[in-house]
Parts: sequence; C-alpha cells; structure tokens
Amino acid sequence: MAGIFVLAKIQNGAPSRSTLELVGSAQKLATGLQEPLSAGLLGQGDAALLYAYGVETVYRVDHSLLKEYQADLYLLALDRIARTAEPRIILLPGDSLGRDLAARVAFRLEAGIITEVVDIDVDGGGKNLRFTRQAYGGKAVSAIVPKVFPLVVTLKPRTFDPAARAGDRSGTEIPIEVPLDAAQARTRLVKRVQEETTGVKLEDAPVVVSGGRGLGGPEGFNLLVELARVLKGAVGASRAATDAGWVPSSMQVGQTGKTVSPDLYIAIGISGATQHVAGISGAKTIVAINADPEASIFKVAHLGIVGDYKAIIPPLIAKCRELVGG
Amino acid sequence: MRIVVSVKQIIDPELPSSQFKIDPGTKRQQPDGHPLVISPYDENALELALQLKAQTSGHVTVLSAGQSSAVSALRKGLAMGADEAALISDPALEGSDAFGIAAALAHGIQKLGSPDLVLCGCESGDWADRIVGPILAEALGIPCITYVARVEKQNGRLQAQRVVEEGYEIWEVTSPALLTILSHELNVPRYPKVKDIMAASRRPIPTWSLSDIGLEAGRIGKAVTRVEIESLSLPTRESHCEFLEGEPDEQVATLIAKLREKKVI
Repeated sequence: MAGIFVLAKIQNGAPSRSTLELVGSAQKLATGLQEPLSAGLLGQGDAALLYAYGVETVYRVDHSLLKEYQADLYLLALDRIARTAEPRIILLPGDSLGRDLAARVAFRLEAGIITEVVDIDVDGGGKNLRFTRQAYGGKAVSAIVPKVFPLVVTLKPRTFDPAARAGDRSGTEIPIEVPLDAAQARTRLVKRVQEETTGVKLEDAPVVVSGGRGLGGPEGFNLLVELARVLKGAVGASRAATDAGWVPSSMQVGQTGKTVSPDLYIAIGISGATQHVAGISGAKTIVAINADPEASIFKVAHLGIVGDYKAIIPPLIAKCRELVGG
Repeated sequence: MRIVVSVKQIIDPELPSSQFKIDPGTKRQQPDGHPLVISPYDENALELALQLKAQTSGHVTVLSAGQSSAVSALRKGLAMGADEAALISDPALEGSDAFGIAAALAHGIQKLGSPDLVLCGCESGDWADRIVGPILAEALGIPCITYVARVEKQNGRLQAQRVVEEGYEIWEVTSPALLTILSHELNVPRYPKVKDIMAASRRPIPTWSLSDIGLEAGRIGKAVTRVEIESLSLPTRESHCEFLEGEPDEQVATLIAKLREKKVI
C-alpha cells in the first residue's frame, strides 16, 4: 500500500476546479511522503489533462452505467479502483459527491476517514502527517492524525489553491473492468433541478451579497439581487433564510452550505453564527450591514454599517451603478 | 412504516463563542453545565419522521448511543411524538469514533427489528464529520441518500429531495433505506406540548449495554479508533471591524471609497 490517489473529474475538456484543488494537495502529500500520485476517472475524459498536473497513473473505469452519477455504482467502481491501486491516501472532494461517497468507501475499505480538511501538514519526510479541520461550527480547530491506512480524506471546497500545471508530462493509463449491472443501483434519479437564478456561480463569484434573517422576509432579497447584479456578483443566504424557505437551499453559504472565497462579501441582516462564518473564512473583504450593533458578524467583518438595510442598500445600488456606468 | 431516527445529544451549538471553552484533557468542548440539546439536523430528521408517521400511520423510534444524559434527548423525542425510545450506553463506548457509534446504532436497530426507514441528521452540530449516517447504512446493508430536505411517499416508494450545489435532485428508493436529513422550511421541529412533556417524563426508556445489543466491546471505544484527535484549539482571528458612521448616504459614500481603495469594486 503506497501512494496518493484522487478521484478526478474532467468537465468541458479540463479537470474540474475541485479536481485541481485535490490534485494540488495530493502533489504536496506525494512530495512530502515521497509516494506516487495517481487518479481515478469514472467514464470518459482525457487522462493527459491530468498528467500535466503531475499525476503519474490514471485508473479508468469506463462503463455506460457511470455516465450519470449514482452512488451505488460509483461506490463499486471506486472500491475496485482503490483495491487495485492500493493507495495509502484517497482524496475526495468535500462537495455533494464526497459527502455521499467518502464515508461509505472508507467503510468498505476499512479505512480511516477525515472530512472537511482545511489544512494539511506533512513534515519531516512524512513522519508528521496531520490534517486540520474546523469543529463546533467553526468555534474550534482540530488537528487530526491517522492511526490506520488507507485513509480517506475530503477537502473543504474552495479552501485549497488549485494545482499549477507541472508542464508536459506523460503518464500511464490503466483500464479497470468492473462488472456493473443496473440492478446494483438501489436508488434511481427521477429528476435534477437547477436552482441558481443569477448568471454567476456562487462559488466562483468575485462578489457575493448574502442575506439573513434580518431581511425580515423573502422580498428583502430583491434588493440584494439588484445589488449583486450591479456588482456582477452572486446572491447567497444564511441558513436562517434558507430554512425559512425565503430562498432555495442551494443558495446557503456556511458549514452545511457552500464555501465561498470572494474578493468582496457583503453580509446583510446576517447575525454571524459560526455555522455561517465557517463558509466565508476565505473572503478577502467582508462588509457587514446589520441593525444590531452587537451582532457577531461584526467580529469577522472588516467594514461595518449599523443600520436598516432598507435605508442603505438603495443608495448603495445607485452609487455602484454610477461607478459602473461611467 | 417503521421509522428509526438516530439522535445525538450535544452541548447547545447556539451558545455564543465567548462561552466556548475547550477541555484540553478530552480535546472536546467543556460541558460547563451548558444546556444539552438534540443535535439540530437530528431534530429536523425527527420532525420529518413524525410527519411521515402521520401520513402512513407509521411507528417512530428514537435511538441514541451515548452517555446516560442522552435520556433527556430521547424524552424530548417522545414528547414531540415518537412512539418509542431506546438508549445504547456503555462505558466501553467512551472515546469511540464514528465507526464505533455506527456499529452500536446498527446493533441497536437490529434489536428493534427491521425498520423501513432510518433517518439521521446530515451532520452533527459539534464535529460535523458527516460520517455516521452513511456508514450506518453500510453496516445495515441498505441504500443511503444524503442531504435530503424533503421526502414523499409515492406508489410504495420514497422520493427524496437531495440538495446539491446547483439545486436539487429527486431520488427514488425502496425500503429499507437510510436518509440523512437537512433542515428545510417543511421540517422545522415542532415544540412539544406541556402535557406531552409531562407524559414523556413518566415513560420508561430502556438503556442497553453492549451485551444487550450483541456487540463485542473490542470493536468499539478509544483503542480502536482509526484516527486520533491530536489537538483542539480556538481559531485565531485578527479581523478588526471599522464601523462607518453618519447618515445612510454618508455611510454609503465612505463604504464605496473604502472598497475602491481596496480595489474590490
């Protein structure tokens, strides 16, 4: 058992953003532990796109049943790859796919598991291997060390820098046959619904305007949508707002929702529960607008305005529009 | 439909950070007599189970693996409307990781009989490892759907709305299955009525040891954890908030100037 393995995804002719985040960390682990770096591809996708990032071996399971994600079939494929490649560390994304697969693949491989990792230490030629994650909704941080291998690790999305290209390199592709049968799928996808309304993806947006309970109702989000549009940003929400049904769950920013790391994060009517703050720790500038001067969002904000958002956002939209217009 | 909801009792996660203290010995939050609650998403799971029970004339059991104090979490579950409760508590459970807890829950569920549905919160309010639910499904050998906000029964099958980055997916599954539950406007936990709290306080709740559920002590506990918590510490935050004063127009003007200075707009 040796090596660092990532489950990769090729999307629109390039490794996905989360794949590059995994590969970046895998490179660091592979160098620190002096172990080879491999990746798995389920279905199609050009393996050479991964070699360019330092991946030496690509294990591929290509099967018509893997075209669409289905947990049971993906698990069977991933389990077979892991038993063939026998890596010491398996890196998976901390997104909805990783949340679905990581623990179950760890169970099948009798592996250890550390989820939602935000930092990796690999010092002293690998003698000190340590993973950091948040705990207690971001009120604490914990360093965790493995006791057994293999070890499954999921990385918190948008926390690690994407891998840099290592240059033109070659690698080896190893096809793996997995006998899959539609009857092995114990769940069936009925439909997939896209919910994001604005043009910019929340996770990619350079500006995020988020609203919380302090907006007082769903109609408050209209102002935020307008501000986001002027700033070419996306709209997010706190759990209080998504739980109230004011906006869809896919707009939730925070520990349970999405992690964002925009240049500018504007939190409007958001109290700043640690659960929410855990999702914005990568934001470069945080502006908080809240009627309550004691709101804990001001503890993490760089710029704060105490007041009624209804009085502040309209002139803010007007000013921004002036700037954009000329 | 027979439903088992697994609940974890934790220290109230809504406590302000200023009251959050770490016990360096256990590398856990210091209890300090703070209120103990059902982990929030577990309560959403329980609410969903009670709604399904009403639609399908089902039976709901709340199950927990933990310290004896967790009896109060189970009592709340009964007061909310669960039919039955059971606690798995044993000194050998101390220091168990998610695999140990899931093994205990799986044995507890088998002792209860074969449920049609097992519900868990999608992540706990303390460590949020997101592991116990999916590995419990593995241990029980049943399918699992994670981060489910809504469930509907359709022609004998369950349709689960799973929240993903771009929106949501509807997955269909036949019983038995395990779902991990996310909060949603339709599963806001109900408040138990005073008379139901009174009634629940008189209900006996069985406490099962490991031998009661047929689990060998060697399979769980601190000695067999697969990872070790090396440290738990407070995060360092060096942000200092600059408050912008004046009337809204002045505040907005200053904000724009500051943001242009930082070159973020």
